[in-house]
Amino acid sequence: MTARFDCAVVGAGVMGCATALFLARGGMRVALLDRGGICREASGVNAGTLTMQMTRAALIPYALRAHEMWLTMPQWCAGGDVLATACPGLSVAFTDGEAAMLEERARIRRAAGAPIEMIDGRAAQAIEPGLADGVKLAGHCPIDGFTSAYLTGRAFRPALLEAGVTLLEDTPVRGVDERFTLDTAAGAIAARRLVLAGGAWLEDMAAWVGIRLPIKVLVNQLVVTERMAPVMRTVLGVASGLLSLKQYANGTVLIGGGWQGIGDRARGGVSVRPENFLGNVRLAAHTVPALREARVVRSWLGLEAETADALPAIGPIPGVEDAWIIGSVHSGYTSGPYMGRLLAQAVLGQEPDLPLFPIDRLLNERSNAA
Amino acid sequence: MSFDIAVLGGGPAGMAAATTAAVGGARVVLLEESPAPGGQVHRAPPPDFVGKPDADRREGDRLRAALAASGADVRTGCRVWGLGGGPLGPAGEAAGPFALSALGADGVPFAVLARALILCCGTHERVIPFPGWTLPGVIGLAAATILLKAQGVLPGRRVVVAGAGPLLYAVAAKVLAGGGEVVAVADAASRGEWIAALPALAARPDLLARGTAWRAGLLARRVPVLQGSQVAAAEGDGVLARVRVLAGGAECILEADALCVGHGLVPATEATRTYRARHAHRPEDGGWVPVLDDRQRTSVPLLYAAGDGAGVRGAAAAPAAGRVAALAALDDLGLPGERPASGTAALGRARRAGAAMARMMALRPSLVAAIPPETIVCRCEGVARAAIEDAAADGAATVNQLKHFTRCGMGPCQGRMCGEAAAAILAAARGVPVAEVGFATGRIPLRPVPMEAILGEFDYGDIPVPAPAPI
Repeated sequence: MTARFDCAVVGAGVMGCATALFLARGGMRVALLDRGGICREASGVNAGTLTMQMTRAALIPYALRAHEMWLTMPQWCAGGDVLATACPGLSVAFTDGEAAMLEERARIRRAAGAPIEMIDGRAAQAIEPGLADGVKLAGHCPIDGFTSAYLTGRAFRPALLEAGVTLLEDTPVRGVDERFTLDTAAGAIAARRLVLAGGAWLEDMAAWVGIRLPIKVLVNQLVVTERMAPVMRTVLGVASGLLSLKQYANGTVLIGGGWQGIGDRARGGVSVRPENFLGNVRLAAHTVPALREARVVRSWLGLEAETADALPAIGPIPGVEDAWIIGSVHSGYTSGPYMGRLLAQAVLGQEPDLPLFPIDRLLNERSNAA
Repeated sequence: MSFDIAVLGGGPAGMAAATTAAVGGARVVLLEESPAPGGQVHRAPPPDFVGKPDADRREGDRLRAALAASGADVRTGCRVWGLGGGPLGPAGEAAGPFALSALGADGVPFAVLARALILCCGTHERVIPFPGWTLPGVIGLAAATILLKAQGVLPGRRVVVAGAGPLLYAVAAKVLAGGGEVVAVADAASRGEWIAALPALAARPDLLARGTAWRAGLLARRVPVLQGSQVAAAEGDGVLARVRVLAGGAECILEADALCVGHGLVPATEATRTYRARHAHRPEDGGWVPVLDDRQRTSVPLLYAAGDGAGVRGAAAAPAAGRVAALAALDDLGLPGERPASGTAALGRARRAGAAMARMMALRPSLVAAIPPETIVCRCEGVARAAIEDAAADGAATVNQLKHFTRCGMGPCQGRMCGEAAAAILAAARGVPVAEVGFATGRIPLRPVPMEAILGEFDYGDIPVPAPAPI
């Protein structure tokens, strides 16, 4: 057995990586474990959207700070780069019903700190010439943008190693005993503290320490086009939040929005649902008509975790001293690096800059009494 | 449209599978991308072309006639892009029929449901990169075959033919027959390799005789055949002007306006990967292949694979494998009907000859090792060998991770062209066997699909937008 680590972080997605990085920089000896490769699940296959207009109101203050972190990533992540790009964001309404929804949601997000202003269709087209006619109302947020999410693992890796984190990829954890000795494929790993950062697999991990934390799994579909001439220059969504559209510098257009495919924790992302594939690309082509000229080259799936109240699970694990949890952040990639930094502050015994999201509210007292 | 059995791909395996299944009483659909069934070897020329049919054409015509008489619903000119159903359902639900989405020859989308699916998807060509391989004027051996067979078009006037396997000599012979000049044939296989293959080839005297005739034709025209050689570089100012070939330790420079080069064939496993069937890495079969039982069944119930897509054994062995798959599907579906004998002795001989050729066409690690650092490997995304090795040094351990780190294989071809070389470079950089770096996850679409074609007519209000997330 190797010498005891100050902290073992299980799950090398964006939350686990950020937590491990800031713990190590805070002076701890950290092991970061993943059953697969670094950021190969949701953190590497999501749409990379840095939008406020799909973020839950309660998370806006966090997302704003995380937006800043993504845009400056090379400075705090040892040069690691996800090609973060800042651009305006538009959320549009094509019907009166959507306009009412948009206005209501923008008002709530504005109150939470997102600088969203309401503009008409003509003004929206001035910001986004690729936008279709027929927009009744648009929410315009100057703070938006996107990353190339597939670069996330490569961006974090050198910084983690430089900070002294022991990164153990392809090392599934089978269980944890009460003294935080991890039973892993690479042998026993002993740690004084434990952070569970397992995304859609958090429910299984929480069971290791005797906690029943129901986590719903969303199976989000994404579609990407071939490279094409510029057709848009903003991050575009619709009032319902079911569209996320952006064109990368290389010309590819990424089409998402949380349409659901088939998959589960055991099998991962299994298959795209053809009817949802069609609905998603129709919504995209309706919003940016030039996309009709595109060719679709690939679709894929990523598993997102959601708690019962769709708010994050970030904080100490009740009844298990020195065990912590982080995940289930709605639009979690957007807020991820900041959430990891906050949890690291708490684990290091500091006061977090913003409040955590303790999971006591999510636990059924009876089933967790034992 | 609902069928008992769908056959994807109308080469020799697919034609035989569809014919056998339909004659056996199943409702069968065959889906083929080309304007006519036939595949690469038995490719039909355009309807207006006149010309004396060769042995391949006659065998193809025979398979086509049997297919036409079988009662199978044959859809040509269609592009299958979507795969679903079968094992790809939600957890806890019984497997449903296989569901294929396609664009018809008329551009109109259609869907096919089938209780069983036989994949006869053939191969794609392996071209191991070398400096200049992306220059105009450099084309694949299989591409040259298509030009010559389907259109009677020469790839150039002064042609260098290079690479490995029997296609080399077939292409050289066809270029000569078409009035072109073959500057040289640069064969990666040594004379010794060909001699070692002779006993297996003798099992198919017809093929051996044809190969011998091709070689004799080259000899008569004094075409140099450079055994054990490889292309060092293709050069020219924006277009191919000369080919540098390394042969026997010396380099020769060949003036040419076309280089037809291919290093073998890679089974097309997009569909079996998408259906998450089990695969094994078998270099002698062409690389990653679906794991099959002795009746062509994959690890996924009611999903079968036959022909070169299931492991390279050549066109002669393909029809028999297609028949075996169809008979297994008929049995597994419990369909009554006649069961023609499947001729296993002939299959054995054809497979033995095919296996000898497949060994010659297997990936040659020395060619991968020779790729210079700055040479592009993934031409869709412009990823050079050095970038792949940098990614390996940065911790990319698998092909899927390499994609994330470099975009290698993320372009329009989705790794069909570069995947194998990239995997070999990654494995070499890591010092592990190539099987250990895995293969790219299979996802739809199977081929790039025009958005306009799949969108159809719709009103905004008809888009079934799900309920929004909580605010």
